[in-house]
Amino acid sequence: MNEEKIIAPAAHSDVVLKTEHLCIQFGGLRAVDDVNLEIKKGELYGLIGPNGAGKTTVFNLLTGVYKPTSGKIYLCGKEIAGKAPAEINRLGIARTFQNIRLFNSLTVLENVMVGLANQVSCNVVKSIFRLPRHRRSEKEMRDRALELLKVFQLDEYKDYLAANLPYGKQRKLEIARAMATNPKLLLLDEPAAGMNPSETQELMDDITFVRREFGITILLIEHDMRLVGGICENLTVLNFGTELAKGETAKVLADPAVVTAYLGE
Amino acid sequence: MEFLTSLLNGLSSGGTYAIIAIGYTMVYGIAKMLNFAHGDIIMVGGYAMFSTLLLINQPVVALIFAIVFCMILGVCIERFAYRPLRGASPLAVLITAIGVSSLLQSLAQIIFGAAPKMPTRLQISGAIHIGSLAISYGTIVTLAVTVVLMVALTVFVKYSKVGRAMVAVSEDRGAAQLMGINTNAIIAITFAIGSALAAVAAYLMLMKAPSLTNTLGAMPGIKAFTAAVIGGIGSIPGAMLGGVLLGVIESLSLSIPVLAPFTDAIEFAILIVILLVKPAGLLGKTRREKV
Repeated sequence: MNEEKIIAPAAHSDVVLKTEHLCIQFGGLRAVDDVNLEIKKGELYGLIGPNGAGKTTVFNLLTGVYKPTSGKIYLCGKEIAGKAPAEINRLGIARTFQNIRLFNSLTVLENVMVGLANQVSCNVVKSIFRLPRHRRSEKEMRDRALELLKVFQLDEYKDYLAANLPYGKQRKLEIARAMATNPKLLLLDEPAAGMNPSETQELMDDITFVRREFGITILLIEHDMRLVGGICENLTVLNFGTELAKGETAKVLADPAVVTAYLGE
Repeated sequence: MEFLTSLLNGLSSGGTYAIIAIGYTMVYGIAKMLNFAHGDIIMVGGYAMFSTLLLINQPVVALIFAIVFCMILGVCIERFAYRPLRGASPLAVLITAIGVSSLLQSLAQIIFGAAPKMPTRLQISGAIHIGSLAISYGTIVTLAVTVVLMVALTVFVKYSKVGRAMVAVSEDRGAAQLMGINTNAIIAITFAIGSALAAVAAYLMLMKAPSLTNTLGAMPGIKAFTAAVIGGIGSIPGAMLGGVLLGVIESLSLSIPVLAPFTDAIEFAILIVILLVKPAGLLGKTRREKV
């Protein structure tokens, strides 16, 4: 890993993601207002809050879909705010989506291979003429994609169209596709949305497994308190775009302000 | 026998339509825009071949030069006319495309004049006779080129990194970007491929009838666009099917004296009927509405 090579001016070397005074304004609305996150290497960090609190907007800021109005974002000490989404992905942030966005007309294997595209080099001219180099890199991509699918126990579905997978498996495939881009930080946007309790349990096991297997740092948006309480070490609670509370999961969840924000007065 | 002849002619002109239609359909699928200047790329390809032949009297060299020239032109048009409008309203992009189309036609007229050019060196005459059936070499070459290009393109899209990225971008540009795909590069490659195919189409057209004006691509462009819509715009197999279908219908209609004068009307009427029955085209995907 070359993470250590980048000298972090504003952050500790073991901090993967840091935001400073992150803000975005849509017209008169401050959707995200002064959010300061600090996520350490290998950590599983939760971002929670009521509907419309600005959680997904934070993800869109981190991945370059939106440009922040003000504030800074550092990935392993490197400033990334304002960069294009594809570049940010190549620098090491990958994500899944609240409403699943797989490439439905591609197969399960091909979806993962799309994610691997930047890991294996081969240019257009070579692939048009299908030179030997192209065939080798295709094979390498196929093998690596298969390996990843095995890890996620999706290999038996490799030739299914993504659209035809059962719901829970689609969520898993999204994680596998994101992992294929070889990220330093994985963003999971409500991975348990629409799942029944047993699927949620399976998902929790999967997330724990991915962490152990890849040593990856994860930032998780979630509504399901059981899931959050079960696996996240630290939390930030957003309400109306601002930080309502942050710190250790158990303490934050017991905070009266957080309870009020979730359940009302 | 006459039926068989016009069927073969239809397959051949249908192949040319299919090659042009692929340009429309790929650009629509991936860049989400109708490139109405696509037909005029064919015309530019024609003049590129004509100009090359003045220097080097070799059709193959002329064809290769035209392909390269059209690819560069297509990429430049995308870069300077369409890319600045990415995210603008589709109507603005459409009108820009029409503007590019008349720019290319006018430029060609200024440079080469209004009188038709006759690059007869490109013509392939003669025919094979099988019994009483005469198949012109032009038809054979067209069919062969069409089949080879279709297979190559299908393999490219299905089995290459760039091809998969194209499918990914056409399905969900945002998600593709977030997976690290450089969508601008993919769109540029799409324009390059479409324009190269347009240059090949120019060759196939001039090979049969070597008469070149600045509106060479206008009617075939509209026909190929119709073919792309019939097949389901955005779908590459759809463009192939639509092109061949349209060519065969055209050729059969032309072979029946009563229908011949109405051939264009019949083709466009078929478009209307197909859209009434299958609004997304024959192989197009109907968008599922969420309930």
